[in-house]
Amino acid sequence: MIFMRVRVQADDFDPGQEIARLTQGRADVGAVASFVGCVRDRDDQGRVIKAMTLEQYPAMTQAEMSRIAHEAQARWPLQDLTILHRHGRLEPGARIVLVAVASAHRQAAFEACAFLMDFLKTRAPFWKKEETDEGAQWVSAKESDDLASERWNP
Amino acid sequence: MKLLYFAWMRERLGRDEETIVLPSDVRTVGELLDHLRGRGHAYAQALADPRIVRVAINHTYAKLHDPVRDADEVAIFPPVTGG
Repeated sequence: MIFMRVRVQADDFDPGQEIARLTQGRADVGAVASFVGCVRDRDDQGRVIKAMTLEQYPAMTQAEMSRIAHEAQARWPLQDLTILHRHGRLEPGARIVLVAVASAHRQAAFEACAFLMDFLKTRAPFWKKEETDEGAQWVSAKESDDLASERWNP
Repeated sequence: MKLLYFAWMRERLGRDEETIVLPSDVRTVGELLDHLRGRGHAYAQALADPRIVRVAINHTYAKLHDPVRDADEVAIFPPVTGG
């Protein structure tokens, strides 16, 4: 039996509640690793970001995120996992994404959490557009994200 | 064939979707992109650099040699930047 929760939503989420849910009513979980991604107030060039809008391809987003989650389940002995990703307009400080993974031991939890984030970054169909004083512009994909994702290839 | 465009691809082409009749000699993703490049300046420019063009057929990533059919939903978009 594979447990997972994968969701795309406009609303915020409560990381504490989401992490607690992974161990609720069970005592076989030895490790929970989690990652929360947030909107920064500056871009890599130091410009002030007023807000960002996350566009998505709704019909594909959920499907691709589920494929990534199944891939993680196949690679590591995971007891449960949660992926939440927001879309729409978000202001600095807002949470964008949560990945939380439960396993018997920490190594699987740490690795699966990093794997899921690397693959979300390079495969989930979302696009960020940042608003600065110089106008709005699409964020470019980073080569470092591709390299981070490629390190998981056998 | 239903075509969908996202992010700056959508903005440069000035549309988020369109329906085209697939010419019979267009059989792969690569041939489809070539066909679209021939539809005008905006298409030629938006699709000029294959390194920053991603294609999904029926919600699954596709490669240049993958086959396309008239009944497919094909999405064309730049490299993703979520997470």
